[in-house]
Amino acid sequence: MTTSNSLAWIIAVPFFAAAVLPMVRRLGKAWVLPTALIGSGAALIFALYAAAIVVGSGEPVRHELGGWEPPWGIELRMDHLSAVMTVLIASLSFLVLVFGRGGMEKRLEGRSHFYYSMYMLFTVGLFGMVLTHDLFNLYVFLEVSSLAGYSLIAVGERASPFAAFRYLILGTLGALLFLLGLGYLYAITGTLNFIDVAERLAPLGDSRAALVALALMLTGFGIKAALFPLHAWLPDSYAYASNLTVAFMAAVGTKVGAYGIFRVLFTIYETGNLQFHMPVVQIMGILAAIAILAGSILAMAQSDLKRMLAYSSVSQIGYVLLGFSMLNANGIMGGVLHIVNHAFMKCCLFLVVGAMMAQVGHRDIRRLSGMGRKMPWVMAAFSLAAISMIGLPPTAGFFSKWYLILGAVDAGSWIFVAVILVSSLLNAAYFFRVLERVYLKREDPAEAALETAVATTSATPVSGSSALAVQPEEALEVREEEAPRPWLGPGTLPATMLAPIGITAISLLALGLGSAWLVENVLRFIVPGGL
Amino acid sequence: MEWLLEMRPVWVLTVTLLATVAILASGRRPNVREAWTIIASIVQLILVASMIPDVVAGEVFEVRLLTLASGFDLVLRTDPLGMVFACVSSVLWVATGIYTIGYMRSLNEKHQTVFYASFALCIFAAVGLAFSGNPLTFFVFYEILTLATYPLVIHKRTEKAIKIGRMYLAYTLTAGLFLLLAVGWSHLIVPEGGPDFAPGGFLSTSFATPLTLTVLFVLFILGVAVKAGLMPVHAWLPAAMIAPTPVSALLHAVAVVKAGVFGVLRVVGYVFGYDTVSEIGMALPLAAVAAFTIIAASVVALTADNLKRRLAYSTVGQLSYVVLGAALLTTAATTGAVMHIANHAFMKITLFFCAGAIYAHLHVEKISDMKGIGRAMPVTMGAFAVGAFGLAGIPPLPGFVSKWWLASGAWQTGDWIFIVVLITSSLLNVLYFFPIIFNAFFRKSERFTVYNEAPVAMSGPILAVAVASIVLGLAPDIGPPFWTFANQVTVALNGGAG
Repeated sequence: MTTSNSLAWIIAVPFFAAAVLPMVRRLGKAWVLPTALIGSGAALIFALYAAAIVVGSGEPVRHELGGWEPPWGIELRMDHLSAVMTVLIASLSFLVLVFGRGGMEKRLEGRSHFYYSMYMLFTVGLFGMVLTHDLFNLYVFLEVSSLAGYSLIAVGERASPFAAFRYLILGTLGALLFLLGLGYLYAITGTLNFIDVAERLAPLGDSRAALVALALMLTGFGIKAALFPLHAWLPDSYAYASNLTVAFMAAVGTKVGAYGIFRVLFTIYETGNLQFHMPVVQIMGILAAIAILAGSILAMAQSDLKRMLAYSSVSQIGYVLLGFSMLNANGIMGGVLHIVNHAFMKCCLFLVVGAMMAQVGHRDIRRLSGMGRKMPWVMAAFSLAAISMIGLPPTAGFFSKWYLILGAVDAGSWIFVAVILVSSLLNAAYFFRVLERVYLKREDPAEAALETAVATTSATPVSGSSALAVQPEEALEVREEEAPRPWLGPGTLPATMLAPIGITAISLLALGLGSAWLVENVLRFIVPGGL
Repeated sequence: MEWLLEMRPVWVLTVTLLATVAILASGRRPNVREAWTIIASIVQLILVASMIPDVVAGEVFEVRLLTLASGFDLVLRTDPLGMVFACVSSVLWVATGIYTIGYMRSLNEKHQTVFYASFALCIFAAVGLAFSGNPLTFFVFYEILTLATYPLVIHKRTEKAIKIGRMYLAYTLTAGLFLLLAVGWSHLIVPEGGPDFAPGGFLSTSFATPLTLTVLFVLFILGVAVKAGLMPVHAWLPAAMIAPTPVSALLHAVAVVKAGVFGVLRVVGYVFGYDTVSEIGMALPLAAVAAFTIIAASVVALTADNLKRRLAYSTVGQLSYVVLGAALLTTAATTGAVMHIANHAFMKITLFFCAGAIYAHLHVEKISDMKGIGRAMPVTMGAFAVGAFGLAGIPPLPGFVSKWWLASGAWQTGDWIFIVVLITSSLLNVLYFFPIIFNAFFRKSERFTVYNEAPVAMSGPILAVAVASIVLGLAPDIGPPFWTFANQVTVALNGGAG
C-alpha cells in the first residue's frame, strides 16, 4: 500500500482557492474564474495521479493527516471506489466551471467570486467525503458540502432561495441522522476509523444498537441521495437553481449520498454482518424500485424540462441503490457504473438546458418546437444523452442497465428485473416526448412571436399580459419564475459552452465502449469480498 | 497486409458508418449527398462479395474488436447464414439507392438528408446483425436498427406519422427489452466463457432446467418476433407503411423484418440448437404461431385496398414462412427457410418498388384505382406480375423453390397440416395478387390510355430486381451463392445430416 500526499492536495487546493477567491476579486474581475479553474484543474490532476496509482497497483493509496496514524488520526484513503468518485467529481467540476464562463458573472454582476468560492467549497466537501476513512470526518465534510450546496442552490431564479431553505431543513435533518448513527457506533465500538469500526463491529453481530445505527445512517444518506420518498427537496432545488449549479450537483451531489450508503453497507457493516441485517437492505431495495417507477412517472408529467430531469434523477438514483441492494457482484458493479454513467448523462443534459436557456430564455417543453434546427449540435448531444438514459447500446446507459439486470437475475428477484425493464420504457416515453417536440413539431407562429417578445424585453421579465394573450396556462409559470432572460443572441454560443457539452456527450460513447475496461480494472475491486 | 483482408467485416461496417456521417455533412449539396449513398453501397457490395469465395470454401472471418461486457466481445463473424443476410442487404441497397433518388426527387420530399443518413445507418445495423458473432453484439446492432429506422417511419412529420412512430418504438423497444433479458440470463446460465453463436447452440438442458430454457426461449422469440412481424405482435408493420415507399421496400421487406426472421433462425439454430428446441418441446408451438400468421395475414391482405397495406400483410405472411422453416427443425425446412430469406427479399422489393413507382409517378395508391394501369406503366406492372406470381409460388419463380423445400421439410416431420397451410397460403396469395394484375392489364380505364412509364431511376431498378428474381428461381447460385449457403447452414444445423 502506497502513501501519497496527493490525497491531501486534492482537498487542500480547491479549499485554498475557495479561501482566496474573495481576495483575488480585489485584483479585478478577470482573476476570479481563472483562480477557480486553477483550483479545480489542479485537483483534477492530483485526482488523476492518485487514481492512476490505485488502478496501476491495484491497491489503495493512503495518507495520514498530520502524520497521526489511524485509528487515532484521520486517514485519507483512496481505494478503487474512492478513485472513481474522486476523478468523477474533479472532472465534472472542471467541465462545468468551463461551461459557466461569463454566465454567472453576468447574472451576479460583480459578485460572482462568492459563487465560485462556494462552488469550490462544495467540491472540497465532496472530495473529503469520498476520500476520508473516518466517520466523524465524513460528517464534517458532509456538512461542508451541504452548507455550500444550500447557498449554491439559492443562487438562481426567484423561487430558488425558498427551494434552498427547504433543502437546508431536510439536508440538516439528514446530516443529523447520520451524526446520531455514528454516535451510536462510536458508543459501541469506541473508534471512528472505517476499518477499525468494521473490525470491532463484526463480533457484535446482532447488536440492537448496531442495527439502529445502520438504519439512522442509511436514512441520513438516503436524504442526501434523494432516495424516494426522501426526495422532496430535489425537484424544486434543481428546477430553480442556476444551471451551472444543477449541472454539477445533479451529476455528483446525490451520488455522494449513494457513495455514503455504499460505505455504510459494505465497508463498515461488512458483508458477513449484512446477512443478519437483510431487512434493512431489502427495504432499501424496495424503496429504490419504487423510486425508479415513481420518478419516471412523475417525470412524464412535467412540462418544465429541468423539473423533468430532476424527477428523472430521483428515478436514476433508484437504479444505483437497487444495484447495491442486490448484494451480488453484478448488481454492485452495475450500481457503481451507473453512478459514473448517470453523472455524465445528467451533466450533459443539464448543460444542454443551460445552453438552451442562454439562447432562448425558457425551458418549457411545450415550447421547444424547432429547437433541432436552431441548435443542431447541442440538440444532438441532448439526443445522445437521452438515448443513454433510455439505456440503448452502445451508449453508457446501456451497460449499467446490463449489469443491473444480470444482478437482478442473479439475485433471483424478478420484480426488480421487471422494474428495470419497465423503467427503460418509461424513460423512452418521457425523453421521446421531448425529442418529438425538438425535432418533429413545427414551430407555432404564436410561440415564435412570444419568444421574440421575451428576447426583446430588455430589463423586465416577460410581461404577464402578452404571455397571457398567447397561451393562458403558460403565463402563470413564466411570471412566477422570473423568466430568465436570454443573454446570448441566437447562434452565438461560445466554444466554452459547446466544448463541455461535446465532451460529456462523447464520453457517453467512450464510457459505453470502455465500460468493460472499467469493470475489469476498477469495478471488480470494489465488490466486497465474499460476494 | 494480410490482416487488412482478414478485417473485411469491419471495413464493410466502416463504409456504411462513414457514409452516414458523409451524408449528414453534405446535406446542402444533394448531388454530393446522393453520390455518397451510391458510392458506399457499391463499395460495400464489393467488400461483401469479395468474402463470398472464402466463406463458400468454409473459411470464417472472425474479428474481435473490443470487450463489450465481461464475457462478451464485440465479435464480427461471417458464417454462411450471416452471409445470406449480408448479401441480400448489400445487393438490394445498391438497387434501392438508385431507386430512392428517383423516388425522393420526383416527390420533392423534405428532410432528405436525415432520410439518406438514417437509411445508411439502417444498412450499417443490418449488416452488423448479419455478422454478429454473439448475442450481445446482435443486441447492440438490433437496437441501433430500431433507432435508425425511427426517423424513416416518422419521415412525413405529420401527427399521424408521429403517432405511428410512437407505436413503432413501443413495439420494438419492448421487444428489445425481452431480448436483453434473454441475452443476459442466458449469459448467466452458461458456465464459462462468452456464449458465441454456434451451430447446435450454446444452451442445453445440462445447464438449466427445461422450464428455465422454455422461458428463455419464449423471451428470445418475443424479442425477435416483433421485427419478424409474427402475429399477434405484427401491428407496427402495416402501420409503418406510412414511411416513404423505398423505406417500406428495403426496410420493411428486407433489412428490418429480415433482421427479425434472421434472429429467429439464430435463436433456434445457434442459441438453442435443434436438439434442445425439440427437447423442450417449443418447436411445435412456434410452428403453430407461424402457420397461424401465414394464413391470417393472407386473409387480412385480401381485404386491404391500399396497395402498400396489402403488400405489408403479404410481408407478414411471407416472413412466417421463414419462421415456420426454422421451427420445423428438419433439413429440407432449414434449406427452405434460408432460401426464402433471399427469395422473399428480391420478390417483395420488386413489388414495393412497383407500388412506389405507381405512387410517385401517377399518384395512385388504391388497388381499386389501378384499372388499366398496365397500359400506362407496362414495365412496372410486368415486374409486379413477376413478383406477385413468384410469391404465390408459381414455378419456376423463386417462391416455388422455397415453398417446395418448406413443404418437403413438413413432410419430413410428418406434420401434414403444415403442407396444407403452405398450399392454402399459395392460393390466398394468388387470390390477393391476381385481381391487381388482372385489373391492370385486362380492364380499361380512361385515366390510363397512353404509355407513361416511371423515370429510368425508378424503372431501371425495378427491371433489375424483377430479372434478378427470375434468375434467382432458375439458378440460385449465379449471383451470391444463396443455394450453397443454404446447404452449408443446413449441414451445420443438422449435424452433418444434410
